[in-house]
Amino acid sequence: MNERIVIVGAGQAGFQLVLSLRLAGYGGAIVLVGDEPGLPYQRPPLSKAYLLDKLPLSELIFRPEDFFVENRIQRIAATATAIDRKSRRVLLDRGDAVEYDRLVLAMGACRRELRVEGADLERVHGLATLGDADRLKSALRNGCRQTVIIGAGFVGLEFASVARHLGLDVTVVDAASRAMVRAVSPAVSAYFEAYHSQQGTRLLFGEGVGRITGLGGTVTGVETSSGQLLPADCVVTGIGVIPNDVLARDCGLEVDNGIIVDGQLTTSDPNIFAIGDCCNFLFDLAGTRCRLESVQNATDQARLLAARLAKGEHAQYSAVPWFWSDQGNLKLQIAGLAAGCDEFVELREANGLSVLCFRKGVLTSVESINRPADHMAARRLLASASRRPTPTEAARDGFVLKRFTADATAQNMTE
Amino acid sequence: MRIIFVSPDGSERSISVREGMSIMAVATSNGIDGIVGECGGNAMCATCHVYISDERLKSLSEEEDELLEGTAEGRTSESRLGCQVKLTGDLDGLRVRLPARQV
Repeated sequence: MNERIVIVGAGQAGFQLVLSLRLAGYGGAIVLVGDEPGLPYQRPPLSKAYLLDKLPLSELIFRPEDFFVENRIQRIAATATAIDRKSRRVLLDRGDAVEYDRLVLAMGACRRELRVEGADLERVHGLATLGDADRLKSALRNGCRQTVIIGAGFVGLEFASVARHLGLDVTVVDAASRAMVRAVSPAVSAYFEAYHSQQGTRLLFGEGVGRITGLGGTVTGVETSSGQLLPADCVVTGIGVIPNDVLARDCGLEVDNGIIVDGQLTTSDPNIFAIGDCCNFLFDLAGTRCRLESVQNATDQARLLAARLAKGEHAQYSAVPWFWSDQGNLKLQIAGLAAGCDEFVELREANGLSVLCFRKGVLTSVESINRPADHMAARRLLASASRRPTPTEAARDGFVLKRFTADATAQNMTE
Repeated sequence: MRIIFVSPDGSERSISVREGMSIMAVATSNGIDGIVGECGGNAMCATCHVYISDERLKSLSEEEDELLEGTAEGRTSESRLGCQVKLTGDLDGLRVRLPARQV
């Protein structure tokens, strides 16, 4: 087989595609183009274990160099600058081009930049790449005592836990009204806010950032939109990401908050596909288009596409989404999609909480804090055609999601 | 020290390991394809499921026990999460059987 698949983007999705293509027996050429130096690596630990030196670089990377050699994966460290669809070539910033038969865009998303005065000062950090994490790690080792974190999302709050663990004075500022507002229900936000406050982190909601102040080029603090001055010798921003879809748009592919693909992850060009954070896909499960930022979405889409490219299997993407975040002693796991949910049932115990999220009476998502059994049950239940609990059933005393799921899936099998 | 991975087809691979690593980390850094480790070893995903029958192992934590409910291949009394088993010096020669699927 002389075919060549070119993958642009060597993150979680790109790496998984390489791995799954070879596992599926794909014998053609594979070229992996990535714009970061070094071997492909996992991003989630960057805001947690990696910063705390609990995970060495040798375990952060997905596979050592040998893997790529043995599996005949050609790695190119360069930035793709354009796609010439007519001649089927990807142009690279180093001046040459690579030809493809089929092209997969797995370019991920990039940090949303804070556009305020002072954002370019020394010791104002983002946290999305290994380079970002190494710079922040070096700042933490070199005398940072007081940090202001802009953005109370997953990354910001994960870093808040790390910073408190290291003994820093920590303030988190967010213009939203509560923690992780785009990702979780109000009860889960409240649980995390109480935890972080108890850990000694100061949380300021409903406060934007006016400017970042500095002296001699180095950060000295953050001035909020209401004029509060928060001193800091280190500022970390975590205000979300934007999909890397410019390359696709510039070559005429349809783009709208990510690269538009169908339910089988194909773009408007039948030889070009998109997976992971950068793609906006048709998702039957949600009854709408979705763009998801998660490891699970990246890897499951890569596996589906690998089966298509290696074996010609045509399946619709239908994996139940799941997400996680580690913040200090709290483990948050989310199954399903909570968008549009209008009713919530809380299952509480001493050291944990699960929130069942319903849309028009139908269970669509379960958020769990330190309750992995609920999370695993929810993933199984949401993936099956079994009956789901109604809000009334879930609210009854003694309701246990694991037991309900076991009964419902067993019943489904016998029907 | 070394540990031995046993594939579903019975084939074996003996691998030299550094003390303190998890079974999952050993597998991914040595190209053992039967282990996925999607969450990177955070006890979140149950895709590093392995079977071990060895009295030297510490017993399951509650968290590991709960996550094992969600494995792709059936759970048995020998089921463990590879990311939660740290390879201490007394586990030399450990035999780790791989399930047929992880997702």
